Amino acid sequence: MPPFPKKWLIVLLVLGFVIPLLNPLLPDIVSSYRLFLVSTMIIAAIAVLGLNLLTGFNGQISLGHGAFYAVGAYTAAILMDQYDVPYYATLPIAAVVCFVVGYLFGQPALKLEGHYLALATFALALSVPQILKYKWLEGITGGVQGIVLSKPEPPFGLPLSEDQWLYYYCFVVMVVLFWISHNILNSRSGRAMMAIRDFPIAADTMGINLRLYKTVTFGISAAITGIAGALSASAIAFVAPDSFNIFLSIKFLIGLVVGGIGSLAGCVVGGIFYVLVDNSAQALSTFIKNDLGLQFDLSAYTVFGVLLIALMYMMPMGIVGGVHAAVRSLRGSKAPAPSERPAVAASKPAASRQGH
Amino acid sequence: MKTNRRTFVAGASAAALLTGKSVAFAQKKYSDGASDTEIKIGHTNPYSGPASAYGVIGKTIQAYWKSVNEAGGINGRKVNFITYDDGYSPPKTVELVRQLVEQDKVLCTFNTLGTPTNTAIHKYMNAKKVPQLFVATGASKWGDPQHFPWTMGYQPDYHTEAVIYAKHLLANVKDPKIGVLMQNDDYGKDYWEGMKDGLGKEISRVVKHVTYEVTDPTVESQIIQLKDSGANVFFNISTPKFAAQSMRKAGDIGWKPVIYLNNVSSSVASAMKPAGFENVQGVMTAQYLMDPTDKQWDSHPDMKLWVDWMKKSNPGASLQDASNVFAYSVSFLMHETLKKCGDNLTRENLMKQAANHQKLKVPLLLPGITVNTSPTDFYPIQAVQLSRFKGETWELFGEVMHAESS
Repeated sequence: MPPFPKKWLIVLLVLGFVIPLLNPLLPDIVSSYRLFLVSTMIIAAIAVLGLNLLTGFNGQISLGHGAFYAVGAYTAAILMDQYDVPYYATLPIAAVVCFVVGYLFGQPALKLEGHYLALATFALALSVPQILKYKWLEGITGGVQGIVLSKPEPPFGLPLSEDQWLYYYCFVVMVVLFWISHNILNSRSGRAMMAIRDFPIAADTMGINLRLYKTVTFGISAAITGIAGALSASAIAFVAPDSFNIFLSIKFLIGLVVGGIGSLAGCVVGGIFYVLVDNSAQALSTFIKNDLGLQFDLSAYTVFGVLLIALMYMMPMGIVGGVHAAVRSLRGSKAPAPSERPAVAASKPAASRQGH
Repeated sequence: MKTNRRTFVAGASAAALLTGKSVAFAQKKYSDGASDTEIKIGHTNPYSGPASAYGVIGKTIQAYWKSVNEAGGINGRKVNFITYDDGYSPPKTVELVRQLVEQDKVLCTFNTLGTPTNTAIHKYMNAKKVPQLFVATGASKWGDPQHFPWTMGYQPDYHTEAVIYAKHLLANVKDPKIGVLMQNDDYGKDYWEGMKDGLGKEISRVVKHVTYEVTDPTVESQIIQLKDSGANVFFNISTPKFAAQSMRKAGDIGWKPVIYLNNVSSSVASAMKPAGFENVQGVMTAQYLMDPTDKQWDSHPDMKLWVDWMKKSNPGASLQDASNVFAYSVSFLMHETLKKCGDNLTRENLMKQAANHQKLKVPLLLPGITVNTSPTDFYPIQAVQLSRFKGETWELFGEVMHAESS
């Protein structure tokens, strides 16, 4: 997939930085609630980024990233609640804890390929809420009651509201993590990761240590998702086992598939998509029932599912892949038709030149 | 004399002026979410996800406000009831409640369902000073006006209920040896704490305490353990599916203790019948609402009114389901509270009125049970009556018991 044009990236970053400052001027358009919503989208995008490194770039499928998200969230919550650690200091600790958990989980998981690995991670995601409730851990996890936290306050007396500050906090973390991921992917290690995904035997022959790369990728992936979890603990100011059910892992996977597997921009799109659709699915089902006069109830999940199927049918490479294909077909008849997906890699240099 | 009279007249007219002014001032005061034409109420409920069985409560409440609006609204204002699906997920509830408060600008939230979900918004609502009224959970923490003056529960809390069972069994069972089955979550623990408090020094009467997870397929091994402990009292803290399993298993293996069943599972349709009527004779529970399957209420005016209302305004909903009775009664309480606010629809006044019900008769509460609140008492219903299962239905016995929760 062609890289995102730098010019646009800078424009987006500047906009992302300036728009929240308009909150006091345009309280209706840039409302606190919307800032909070965008913060949750950013957190989702980071979680999807973690999953994408593993699944999209390294070819290991995980149905259980909700587990690492939960570990990150609980690490942050316990540190803040029991040890009075400031909220920003919890991020690196959560990242380290999740890296270790992910690395260790990656060891036995090495023996599993494809959907066997997916099932193993699925089991992990299913067990996490139960482990959090376990009576020996109850003293620190708060059991089913969860842990109630305080929201982060703006430091140094900055004239920002809580929601503005939360937004900047998440935004900066996201930019840093995407920058790191971008650099990893464009390094020797990144190419090794993708070589393992595309042709493990060839990668092995070239001297890539499969075992090391796979487990370390698992660790990094878990660490990034764990950071998202830690951010969410600060944003929601409450953690409970019910927050980390299996649907959370499925949502990350949906965000990944919809946004675009193996694309960094796709992570952001995926994060925005699942928060947005999750929110509007119910409104849509009420609309269908009340305004279009459908006689039966359509659950929000049904709407969600129908949207997904339609999207997969129209944009099999996710939204980012679909947009690229659409742009190509608009720009000239010489470009390959969007249905010829293998051509994506071949057209890469041309498309990136056009982007500038 | 003269001066006295003059001062009196002056004082009186000043007083009249002041009161006149304050009356004029008290007319039509609004917070966000209230206006001359509308009152906005927010609500979250799991219409999807693992707890979607509770979805019927949300639907019946929607039907209730619709029928209120069709009858002209409250003091001329229509109720705009906004309900969202949180799927029983606390982060989702936070997001939706923020949407309700900040985007939709509701006057208050009402009957938001679930203990973890309400816990997640507890602090937020009180920081924003938005009433979080009559939450649909029986945890005991919702009646804490000192620390959370904007939150109020509705149903008798689990703690109070368990204290009542403990007192009853100490008074009525000779040499009790108690076996406890408990769902391992906050709801189970709230009951268990109540039982411990109720037993007090007699806590050693508990000979066995076993737990299960809500995701467990069965509780059969737990029941065998309880039987082996030699318990002669079975305190059953479980949700309907497990209540049915446990009592059926107890019957199958020939364990015949005195059973106290938590009110949560008192539904004839979803717990007692699947357990097998022969296994549940004599089981005791505490009730505060009329059970729609209980024949003795068939001719009661409240029940007749409710059945008519259900047929007319909520067609398709089950007439057997106690959740619909619950939803109707709690909506009525909200309705009354809003009526009492008159034209002063501020959040402060709403809380003041919610904490100012004396012996309010709410339809479908058992005879003798009324809603009582005060600025220091945020538990609207704190009375229950014990009932015993006989034949195919519950039979109330004894007096209505009032308990003050600790």
